[in-house]
Amino acid sequence: MKTTPDKLLSPDEVVAVFARKFGKGVRESRITERREGVGKRPSYDIWLDIDKSLLHAAVEELMRLHFPHLGVISGTDIGDAVELNYHFSIYYGTKHGEYMVTLTVALPKGDLTVPTIADLIPGAVFSEREKQEMLGIEVVGIPDGRRLFLPEEFPEGVYPWRKDETGIPASMVKDLWAVGRPENRPVPPKAVPEEQAAEAAPAEEERHE
Amino acid sequence: MSDDAKKKMTPYTIPIGPTHPALKEPVMFTFEMNGEQILKADFAPGQTHRGIEWMGMRRNPVQIVHLTDRICGICGVSHSLAFARAVEQIMEIEVPERADYIRAIIAEFERIQSHLLWAGVAAHELGFDTLLHLTWRVRERAMDTIELLTGNRVNYGIIQVGGVRRDFTPDLYPAIEECLQYYSDLKSTLLKVFLEDKTIHMRCRDCGVLTYEDALKLCTVGPTARASGVNMDVRVDYPFAAYGDLAIEPILPDAHMGETRGDVFDRIVVRLLEVEQSIDIVRQCLDRMPAGEIVWEAKVAKILNQFKKAHGEALGRHEAPRGEVLHYVRMDGKEHPTAWKVKASSYSNLMSWIPMLEGEQIADIPIIVASVDPCLSCTDRVAVVRNGDRGVMTKEDLHRLSVAKTRRLMA
Repeated sequence: MKTTPDKLLSPDEVVAVFARKFGKGVRESRITERREGVGKRPSYDIWLDIDKSLLHAAVEELMRLHFPHLGVISGTDIGDAVELNYHFSIYYGTKHGEYMVTLTVALPKGDLTVPTIADLIPGAVFSEREKQEMLGIEVVGIPDGRRLFLPEEFPEGVYPWRKDETGIPASMVKDLWAVGRPENRPVPPKAVPEEQAAEAAPAEEERHE
Repeated sequence: MSDDAKKKMTPYTIPIGPTHPALKEPVMFTFEMNGEQILKADFAPGQTHRGIEWMGMRRNPVQIVHLTDRICGICGVSHSLAFARAVEQIMEIEVPERADYIRAIIAEFERIQSHLLWAGVAAHELGFDTLLHLTWRVRERAMDTIELLTGNRVNYGIIQVGGVRRDFTPDLYPAIEECLQYYSDLKSTLLKVFLEDKTIHMRCRDCGVLTYEDALKLCTVGPTARASGVNMDVRVDYPFAAYGDLAIEPILPDAHMGETRGDVFDRIVVRLLEVEQSIDIVRQCLDRMPAGEIVWEAKVAKILNQFKKAHGEALGRHEAPRGEVLHYVRMDGKEHPTAWKVKASSYSNLMSWIPMLEGEQIADIPIIVASVDPCLSCTDRVAVVRNGDRGVMTKEDLHRLSVAKTRRLMA
């Protein structure tokens, strides 16, 4: 485990490391910068869009720089594919020097599989389990494939974050406003209309005097 | 096999949950036991999954900000701040500097009240209720100040996309300083009662250990990671809001204790020292507070209109009292986001329960589970299954076991 980085690379250099190693496997890369506060110190996010087959190798490459902290894996249904974003951070423990590195892979709807990275970062299994149940993807080689957040009685084949026919059907959504008031309860007290309340108020004041 | 032989068969399984006294929200634990010792631990969260992300993808970001306030009852500002920062980045909004400072001040007050709340819970789990009452009484001072500043004790509703909804005007500074002074004066008392107490030492030292390697491998965050020696604090590492301007150093146990053991005791040390650090951060913020606007755009209709022009994806991060909060937002020119992923700090910390719990005793479960400060909730029933015989242990039973262990150690 590389717990202390040999050298702190700049965000451009980090991108260059991946470009050198994977060539055209890195389809797109960009660096976003955010400056806040009075001092306007920059914080950097690095986004790398890579081929699905390179995911495992890319995480290993990242581990060569610094053992990455995996924040979370997020996912989006973009129509003909499901995109997964692996949000890592490296160089934590360096004052103002941490970068977020997001690896994005696209899983075409015809082949919704992705290799596990839990063999490299055991904690990733938590987020991988969530992606399986929420997006209906298959993480190949996942050490623990059970559901995580969804209840046992949740129907198979329904994936809450999907935007196609496998998403949550309208029949499963309960609109709170449409539920109405239970019939077996007493009628709630009625508010006094404003006009009447205004009339009553001066009378009360007189009584106090 | 006779009935007697069956009874002696080990290991046996104890499920704890889905509701449990040591937690603030339900989670289901299954323990494989050999006598009093835990051989294997497993857990199933999601007992109160509300589908907030699904709800959010059908609402606009101004509405979602108020939804994020309600993700957690204690982290009233962490999620809103992380979410708002993600949206601001997509929309390329420049947040006024004063708003950055107000955000940092309220986030630090949140840390003070959250860590004190946790310290009280920890004391209670050990059977030290006097200390629970003391910490929760002194915590009220922070709650009162938060109410004075935002109007609410919880669900502050202070964050808006592009800034904050309320100014901390200079006439409030004396009240803030008075509150900070109150905690500064208390500091030595709190450190003494928690760190020099014999009972706490006996129950927490070398109990529920998380090694440095495990903390990294299991993606642990916040005080739980720092107590294991992992130097990781979003406020220091990744400048945002006012934090980039301030002098802050991460709190690590070896600086105070001379060594890092990664046990429950170290987690107490880190959290108590962070209360002191928060006092210092609020003071630094008040000293440097720039004047000016507090919100990028006051008219909600104008903000909503901007969402329809927003394209892109961004991450919003914040160091919540329990660790890194991360929100991923993706907008595709519609009023509502295409994707929204909420990563709460406890999401990263739950996996660390397993190495902490394995090898420990039943009576240590409450304090170890509580030691990562899980954001899950509490009630009072535990089912125990022993060779098919099902008995129910109440909150009182489990608590009694924990108190009995303390007594045993004292004898």
